[in-house]
Amino acid sequence: MRVSFNVNGEDVTADDVWPGESLLYVLRERLGLPGSKNACEQGECGSCTVYFDGVTACSCMIAAGQAQGRTVRTVEGLAEGSGKGTERELGTVQEAFVEAGAVQCGFCTPGLLVQTDDLLERTVGAGGPVPDDAEIREALAGNLCRCTGYEKILDAVRLAAERRAGSSA
Amino acid sequence: MAATTRTVTDLTSTTKDGVGASPRRPDGTLKVTGEFAYSSDMWMEDMLWGATLRSPHPHAEILGIDITEALKVPGVHAVLTHEDVPGAKRYGLEHQDQPVLAIDKVRYKGEAVAVVAADHPETARRAMERIRVDYRVLEPVSDSRRAALDPDCPLVHEPGVLEEHPEYNQRGNRLRYQPVRTGAFSGVAGSAEREREVLERLRAEADVVVASEYEVGMQDQAFLGPESGMAVPAGDGGVDLYVATQWLHVDQRQIAPALGLPQEKVRLTLAGVGGAFGAREDLSMQIHACLLALRTGKPVKFVYNREESFYGHVHRHPAKMRYEHGARSDGTLLYATAEIIVDGGAYASATPAVVGVASSLGIGPYEVPNVLVDAYGVYTNNPPCGAMRGFGAVQACFAYESQMDRLAEELGMHPVDLRIRNAMSQGSRIITGQEIDMPLPMAEMLRRCRDLPMPPAREELADPADPRTLPGGVAGTTHGEGVVRGVGYGLGLKNLCFSEGFDDYSTARVRLEVVGGEPVVLVHTAAAEVGQGLVTVKGQIARTELGVEKVVIAPSDTQVGSAGSSSASRQSYMTGGAVRTACASVRAEVFALARERGVVPEGLDDTDLSLVGGKLVSATAGALVSLADLLGDSARGGTVVEHTREYHHRPTEMLDPKLGQGSSHTQFGMCVHRAVVDVDVELGLVKVVALDAVQDVGKVMHPQQLEGQIQGGSTQGLGLALMEEVQVRDGEIRNPSFTDYLIPTILDTPPMRIEVLEHPDPHSPYGLRGAGEPPTLSSTPAIVAAVRAATGRPLTHAPVRPEDIVGIEL
Repeated sequence: MRVSFNVNGEDVTADDVWPGESLLYVLRERLGLPGSKNACEQGECGSCTVYFDGVTACSCMIAAGQAQGRTVRTVEGLAEGSGKGTERELGTVQEAFVEAGAVQCGFCTPGLLVQTDDLLERTVGAGGPVPDDAEIREALAGNLCRCTGYEKILDAVRLAAERRAGSSA
Repeated sequence: MAATTRTVTDLTSTTKDGVGASPRRPDGTLKVTGEFAYSSDMWMEDMLWGATLRSPHPHAEILGIDITEALKVPGVHAVLTHEDVPGAKRYGLEHQDQPVLAIDKVRYKGEAVAVVAADHPETARRAMERIRVDYRVLEPVSDSRRAALDPDCPLVHEPGVLEEHPEYNQRGNRLRYQPVRTGAFSGVAGSAEREREVLERLRAEADVVVASEYEVGMQDQAFLGPESGMAVPAGDGGVDLYVATQWLHVDQRQIAPALGLPQEKVRLTLAGVGGAFGAREDLSMQIHACLLALRTGKPVKFVYNREESFYGHVHRHPAKMRYEHGARSDGTLLYATAEIIVDGGAYASATPAVVGVASSLGIGPYEVPNVLVDAYGVYTNNPPCGAMRGFGAVQACFAYESQMDRLAEELGMHPVDLRIRNAMSQGSRIITGQEIDMPLPMAEMLRRCRDLPMPPAREELADPADPRTLPGGVAGTTHGEGVVRGVGYGLGLKNLCFSEGFDDYSTARVRLEVVGGEPVVLVHTAAAEVGQGLVTVKGQIARTELGVEKVVIAPSDTQVGSAGSSSASRQSYMTGGAVRTACASVRAEVFALARERGVVPEGLDDTDLSLVGGKLVSATAGALVSLADLLGDSARGGTVVEHTREYHHRPTEMLDPKLGQGSSHTQFGMCVHRAVVDVDVELGLVKVVALDAVQDVGKVMHPQQLEGQIQGGSTQGLGLALMEEVQVRDGEIRNPSFTDYLIPTILDTPPMRIEVLEHPDPHSPYGLRGAGEPPTLSSTPAIVAAVRAATGRPLTHAPVRPEDIVGIEL
């Protein structure tokens, strides 16, 4: 089958899609967007988290056909400004993750970045206060990390939240 | 050559981001933009997908395999069985006992039987369904204690299973038996009766005796990046493999013979590694992908899914242990005995080495004059077990620390005081007779850990009934009723680097040149960056040693010599040591060149010289010349200085087979944990409130990454304490998914305060000590001790299960 949708601002079409494929598979294997990760492929680890029509979801749990006509934003779409990849300026959340040492193997990172971006959009981005630790933990509870013990991830989210609050003030 | 200037600025210039700083990971930007190429991200236009047909039985004879129908599936390019393996039919880390593809028998559920290459993963799956394998099912050997001790237990491997070692496995299912005997036990070793007599005498002499059985469950490394990679056939008849592994050269050494190719025709490049923790020490899809690529002439990609991953790699050995300690009334230990049985599963993997660690560190860092340890690693038809962070020391640590707490309770002593009473220190000898010839500030670490600030009591919280601070979390299962707090301590001694006579070297190639007027260092090793941050540390060492800020880390591949494994907390020591050694050779050549060119004043010797801030600097005469001027741009005929060096740690010895004596270890590391938990004793739920640690690392190479290692290791220990166990019944894994095998989430993980000590090891580069494993040992017993303190239950099984801690009268 053919599936057409918008990803990171660009209209894309994938052909010869087997109906059993997930959105994650189509992104990774057919559209050259391997940033979303395939750690459990059953919605438990959050490594494949994307924005799906503006709401975060595990792309492994979305059948490819369900993406028809929808809007998807992946980790590849988080960097600010134009240009490709490392030529672009890192987004606030991306920058904070590298700076705070929240990245080790990095396999959970893309999903955590999308989920953190969403948390900040809903809080400081909407004019609210910087989220406290309990809120951060709750927001990221669906994203497994095996390397860090999460402490540096919390550091990164606090840093990004403060910076985003500072820039929007 | 430009004139050299000597100003105050020059003299005080330093090189940024060297050893001891916390520069950013060089791969960090790619990892946050989604562009970092992990092994599962490999993609080529004409690639095929590989898939593995696995045994549905833990133990069965193979009567026949029929692939005819599978080959007829459109889109299938190849179906291979053991008959298609052109070279060695078996491989393995220590014993070559594991078939590339099952031959006449399967020995565990999930063993690879056939592989398929097809144009789509679904095509490959459909083809696998059409492979017919006729099995005659056999009774599985599933009880590790029976495998170790019952001479009538059926054999998992028949004697003579290895053609090149006809004597192989003449000892029943025992893969390794390692006794250790000291003190009064050493004179009577070998006589069970006399050993019993000695034990009776010591029991009579002791004021207090505690004995218990302990179990540690099978833990999964649960790295997030699944086993994956791509093999690409090459024009010379060889193959290029892009794979996530821990040790490229040991893979190469196992793959090439199976393919019937010389090693140089099997070239490996490290693809991005999504965590390892020991699970990538053994091969998974490597040989299979290469076989299919060579057969089809096309690139072949494998990606295991999570369920397959549970069958596709070794786990932490589950252990059954019996311990007894006797002490005098003042807490002084008199004797200790231990029987440690680790279940190696169907194939050897690293089991013999795990037994070597479990036995030699079996009693921990305590002064005990009389010791009897019997450690066994056995074959069963359970899933194969091998390396996981902590490697045999984790299991023993849970038992000996539990024993120390029981003793403290019997004696009415504080658990920290009992440990200090019997603490080892520099100059102590562990039970193998090996002297700890480096600082071991155990008593200081215990005191510091006890003195760390406590988290606020529940009633001091702003809202003591906030469910987010309670066991059960936002599920709101309690408002605080039935919740009890407990505090526990744990510590562990871990050997660092490889042990028992292994020549555990690493190789580094370092090149210094001037590019565009700027000095640049290239560091090339085969070391596996698995997330730990070695890639950062290599650059820091080059900056510190060569005084050059711009460092390029070349991809890790087999075009340079072996770096050894990213295991045993060894890479900062070994590959760090190799980079430092190669840098020293480069630096010496730069000094010689400077003398040749007349830049160094007469009378200054090399100890007066250093490379700092891109310049050659004399301690007495100031800055002498910039590297840019001395070497000249390499593109315009300038000098390129390059050296490749191996680094070896001091030699170690095998343990002797009768008394378990010998200096088998390279280095020792220690971490001390204090855990604070809240337990809901009505529902059996635990919330870890704080998990604080004191660790001595000799020298902090990168403060931020070090904390990440300690916190990450502590959290894996938390998982083993409270939730992680691969459930195996009759050889079958019952929970091969992240739905049923739980690892700690951010809600399960507490704030972790870390205190780091730096007592340098005189034998290691910079005095550093491997840091990755020790916290994984000590956090488990600390948390279980805290749960015991809260519940009063003995808790002899890790992980603690909800049913172990419910039904308690408060």
